[in-house]
Amino acid sequence: MSNFLQQVINGLQLGSVYALIALGYTLVYGIIRLINFAHGDVFMVGAYLGFYAILRFHLPFPLALLFAMLGAALLGIIIEKLAYKPLRNAPKIACLITALGVSLFLENFSSLKFVFGPNYLAYPRPFPVVNFNVGNVTISNIQIIVFVVAIVLMVLLQLFVSKTKTGMAMRAVSFDKSTAQLMGINIDYIISITFGIGSALAGAGGVLYGIAYPQINPFMGIMPGLKAFVAAVLGGIGIIPGAMLGAGIMGMVEVLTSAYISSAMRDAIAFLVLLIVLLVKPAGLLGKSSIEKV
Amino acid sequence: MKQFILFSITLLLVLGLSCGNKEGNVIRIGLIIPITGDVKTFGESVRNSVILAVSEANAKGGVNGKLIKIISADDKNDPTEAANAGSKLINQDKVKFVIGSVASKSSIPLSEICQESKVVMITPTSTNPKVTVRDDGTRKDYVFRACFIDPFQGTVAAKFAVEYLKAKRAAVLYDKSNDYSTGLADFFKDNFTKNGGVISIFESYGKDDVDFSALLTKVRADKPDILFLPDYYTKVGLITKQARALGITAKFLGGDGWDSPEMTKIAGDAINGGYFTNHYSPQDPRPEVQEWVSKYQAKYGQKPDALGTLGYDATNLLIEAMRAAGTEKPEAVRDALVKMSNFPTVSGNITFDAFGNPVKSAVILEYQNGEQRYVTQVQP
Repeated sequence: MSNFLQQVINGLQLGSVYALIALGYTLVYGIIRLINFAHGDVFMVGAYLGFYAILRFHLPFPLALLFAMLGAALLGIIIEKLAYKPLRNAPKIACLITALGVSLFLENFSSLKFVFGPNYLAYPRPFPVVNFNVGNVTISNIQIIVFVVAIVLMVLLQLFVSKTKTGMAMRAVSFDKSTAQLMGINIDYIISITFGIGSALAGAGGVLYGIAYPQINPFMGIMPGLKAFVAAVLGGIGIIPGAMLGAGIMGMVEVLTSAYISSAMRDAIAFLVLLIVLLVKPAGLLGKSSIEKV
Repeated sequence: MKQFILFSITLLLVLGLSCGNKEGNVIRIGLIIPITGDVKTFGESVRNSVILAVSEANAKGGVNGKLIKIISADDKNDPTEAANAGSKLINQDKVKFVIGSVASKSSIPLSEICQESKVVMITPTSTNPKVTVRDDGTRKDYVFRACFIDPFQGTVAAKFAVEYLKAKRAAVLYDKSNDYSTGLADFFKDNFTKNGGVISIFESYGKDDVDFSALLTKVRADKPDILFLPDYYTKVGLITKQARALGITAKFLGGDGWDSPEMTKIAGDAINGGYFTNHYSPQDPRPEVQEWVSKYQAKYGQKPDALGTLGYDATNLLIEAMRAAGTEKPEAVRDALVKMSNFPTVSGNITFDAFGNPVKSAVILEYQNGEQRYVTQVQP
């Protein structure tokens, strides 16, 4: 029993990391209907910014987290201005391919010697690891921090989108871009804000990931990015609590498959779950299927 | 104008040809190693030693009256990159000899290319049997290595676990996408069971995995005496750290992929008390070893690891074979390598078996307070 509980905690940790990335995916998709494949790489850049903040500038952990979030937000806004904005009225597929291009560019540019370098780096731990033993179940302070930060960011994001004026503008843009513009909403500004917030979340995810699994490299964003994307789709892409739910399920399915079936089957079963959910509920678990107006 | 262009092209051609002639007195050796990526310290060690060996040979006038020139390429520890680098060195740079690569997964595709083009290849460090042998068991006769192979390494580790550590129950976690890791895991499993032990957990993970908590929780519940981790330091560092955090008390055991100065940086205290099989130890009192250690330390300011030592041995093997053959024809050099008997190298005297594998001893090392300590030597 205690082993099962331990596995559930392992699943929660993995799910929380996926959730932080999935939130950004889902936010950007929800507002401008773009699957931003470069998101996993913004996550990687966030991890590196945190690395330098802790190791070079000796910032305390909360400041390092903030530094990484700001840096990632800036990067997200720049990417949007340079790569996506010129294509705003182009077909969807052009944006998608551009996103893939941006992703490859970030990975390989970061691998250059004068940027981050191609090597695996050991991530510094800004505070000592403390393990709490409850019966036979071990919980570390890192697991708690990852979990709490993920929940807090999700709640803040949900409040921001549903309660603030900017949030309302974001929803309006999501609903109908041209009508929103007619109502006096500055679309460029709203989209920049969306990218900024989404990327800041990815940056935070990168730092937490680096602390939880202390090793980083320029290609570290690919797999978590992909898994988080699947999690966002599973929960219903565009819906903020859906990203959290989907990520939790992904993390749990992966861990429990490794634990009780076979580690070799892990990814196969995780994707099988996605397939089944999409067959039953094509818009994802929390998604409302909407009829496209013709 | 046309005439001028024609003139320049001719001039370039002539210059190019004359450069080509100058190269005639040079033997070019291709070096394919990972200088970047997850096992970059392996590639750096090998490169340092190959350069050292070549500059020693060149200082003595080279071999057969010709100087040796190294042309190196980075394979990033990626099988595709290794194959591309091999084709480039062989087809464009016209090398007839290749030293490389480090990891078995890269050396296996590289060996196919060298064999096809009849280029002599010596891998310093790839321990998987398939580097010199095809899947159907036939020999790739242009491919050799300077290290022992995984069946031997797996046997040594299993024997050490049973006899020295008195282990009865072992768990094995390995990378399913890595030939080195799967090979070593299988050979350890076979020999550990043969010696009366029980393998209670035999599970794999993917090459991009960083979260091992699910597998490790399973290991914790099983309470094995040994956790065998046949992988490179980047992964082993993460796994051992997570294992100790979960409260696993099993002893860690592994192979030569653990030998890196980065290991303790990643694993921290978790790796202390872990044992691994290796090709050599700088604490070995033999004079060949001590002379090599001081030579390397004088040039690079640190002690050579096993990978570096094997890089030095591989280069000297190749140079000696060229000298014995008296020519740089790949066939003749290959035959000289086959005939070589008890050639003294730092990591032991080398005679090749029928499959191009040297028969030599292994050492067991232990990590203690972030340092490697020599435990024992095991004869083949």
